[in-house]
Amino acid sequence: MSDTITAPSTLFRFATAGSVDDGKSTLVGRLLHDSKAILADQLEAVARTSAERGFGAGTGFDFALLTDGLRAEREQGITIDVAYRYFSTGARSFILADCPGHVQYTRNMVTGATTADAVVVLIDARKGVLEQTRRHLSVVALLRVPHVIVAVNKIDLLGYDRGAFEQVAAEVRRVTGELGLDGVHVLPVSALEGDNIVERSANTAWYDGPALLELLESLPSHDELDTEYDPFRLSVQLVLRPQGGFAPDVADDPQRAETFRDYRAFAGRIGSGRVRVGDRVTVFPSGIETAVTGIDQAGASLDEAVAPQSVALRLADEIDAARGAVIAAAGTLPEARREFEAELFQLDPRPLAPGTRVLVKHGTTTVQGLVASIDAKRDLDTLEHVPATSLEVNDIGRATIRVAADLPLEPYGENRHAGSFLVIHPSDGRTLAAGITEQ
Amino acid sequence: MTDVLTATPARALDTLEVLEAEAIHIIREVVAEFERPVLLFSGGKDSVVVLHLAAKAFWPGRVPFPVLHVDTGHNFPEVLAFRDDTVERLGLRLEVALVQEYLDDGRLQERPDGTRNPLQTQPLLDAIAAGRHDAVFGGARRDEDKARAKERIISLRDEFGQWDPRNQRPELWSLYNGRHTPGQHVRAFPISNWTELDVWSYIEREGIELPPLYYAHEREVFRRDGMWRAVGEVSPPRPDEPVELRTVRYRTVGDMSCTGAVESDAADVTAVVREVAQSTLTERGATRADDRISEAAMEDRKKDGYF
Repeated sequence: MSDTITAPSTLFRFATAGSVDDGKSTLVGRLLHDSKAILADQLEAVARTSAERGFGAGTGFDFALLTDGLRAEREQGITIDVAYRYFSTGARSFILADCPGHVQYTRNMVTGATTADAVVVLIDARKGVLEQTRRHLSVVALLRVPHVIVAVNKIDLLGYDRGAFEQVAAEVRRVTGELGLDGVHVLPVSALEGDNIVERSANTAWYDGPALLELLESLPSHDELDTEYDPFRLSVQLVLRPQGGFAPDVADDPQRAETFRDYRAFAGRIGSGRVRVGDRVTVFPSGIETAVTGIDQAGASLDEAVAPQSVALRLADEIDAARGAVIAAAGTLPEARREFEAELFQLDPRPLAPGTRVLVKHGTTTVQGLVASIDAKRDLDTLEHVPATSLEVNDIGRATIRVAADLPLEPYGENRHAGSFLVIHPSDGRTLAAGITEQ
Repeated sequence: MTDVLTATPARALDTLEVLEAEAIHIIREVVAEFERPVLLFSGGKDSVVVLHLAAKAFWPGRVPFPVLHVDTGHNFPEVLAFRDDTVERLGLRLEVALVQEYLDDGRLQERPDGTRNPLQTQPLLDAIAAGRHDAVFGGARRDEDKARAKERIISLRDEFGQWDPRNQRPELWSLYNGRHTPGQHVRAFPISNWTELDVWSYIEREGIELPPLYYAHEREVFRRDGMWRAVGEVSPPRPDEPVELRTVRYRTVGDMSCTGAVESDAADVTAVVREVAQSTLTERGATRADDRISEAAMEDRKKDGYF
């Protein structure tokens, strides 16, 4: 690597969620502003619009205008869709999925949580844990987001009172305990005043934990957590065989072109774990065991690669494998299944009922499927299963699904990639539900 | 969290490595799942980076799809030369849609403000239809604009090429749902999650070649709308706009009639990375007249089928 002035940073993805009027837009605006991710022309546009809306001079501006991107959102003063924001500090680059709480909040929360390393749930300190907070936390718990941060906002309006914060924090801990969430970080903040957002605030001297940004900079990401411990998995996207012609660096060198004449490698992104040259692997669906003879990354040969790198693997034996195959550490693949129980997050307004024909997209495979039964749905306040015969939009429930071909599914709790799938409408192609496999 | 969970591996991938892996994954998914992809290639830095990523994704083979350029007729000649050289070097097929042809036969009319950016939409949609392209790669990034911040990585377009921001598919895990019906197509944005600084840092790390006007050079310019505009056939200065020789560079490379230069002495990629890291203006705010028209300028163009 050349000597760049930007030191290598790591990537961290997090989502923000909150209920109506809890100050989430202000928090996001504050994070972006205080980390200097907002540039002068953007600030100018916001200041201009803020003034037009009656935010007087000196009262700052409406941070929500930074994140409300669409005309309808600005006109109605609401946020419709998940918006992605980018900022960085010295140590980390952040991708923030800003999940609105108003419309389709389950759908938005699910979208944000599936890729998140952490979720920041906002609570209004004056209101405590609301029904929607509980639902956000439920989704976060079911989707096993690695880190959960609860920001108790508007602490300034309670005079930075320790007792008031402790009361809300206790309520948060009771609820997260019931949902089975461990290691939840609860912190007192004022997004408006900037307390404990970027730096620890003197106004809350009684709080000895980190500020929000310090926390986000220090928590390990999903991939940092899993790389060492999860068995190697790679879903084959396509087989690289340079039949249509070689890349110029190969084509221009007859000797290299000869070397690559019979090149055949399995291209994909490492879903979990790490792989080294010489490792024994099992290939799904054939079940054949072989060895990795090469790990290629665009001209470079690597000794080893880790999730989430995109690579191409060469194998010792000629194996009949195509898109949809899975290359895994030898002997670690579970038995493939044609029928399985799963937790579904219903995202489409059309209810999902037994007998519905669907497509199931898992890894790099899409197969025909059938909703064999709807077994239960979650009471979103207690997360307990209650009887149900169909799933309506925003419902989370348990279903049994049959598929037309073997799928190498694994419990979602053990492997985020191998345990997640989409349920797709077979004719219009819309995503009907997000699914995760159970233990 | 238990102790074992907070342990970090010997070497974590850095931001650029993760973004590169994500982009290559997206490009391979689109090539695997679509019949006739095409890449929008203007010679601008973002499309150059996407093409570089595509070359890496399919090495040692060739990039398995053609590139498409919508030529407004107002392009910088050095960018067109760069475009042609790149296409030849990589052995690609280039499709060109000419806005000028539409103006000549009356299908489009020149706008009073002279900008041809909004005029690209119709030739683009016609070229997509003529090439029967079901997936169109673009170099758009979510940090560029508030409307783009809400667009999906794989984004469905209807028969009329329109984007419906209120009716987007949820984007879950890294499972991209590109199913579509005949007549529809998708736009695919592999570098959605990259910032301008990421793009420049990657150009530096990979040693990617760009058109020379991205680097500081002397040019005859005049001041308009708070930007330095190049003196050229399509953008002559008005009598009250004195021409000066300045050291400038371009942060974006688009239609000459609406793209401005910035004063800069960043003559190489390392200097540009440093400059971008310290910039106080967004690249669009600094250099694009068309995006200054209204808060929703990009949103309106996108809904109509723009890039």
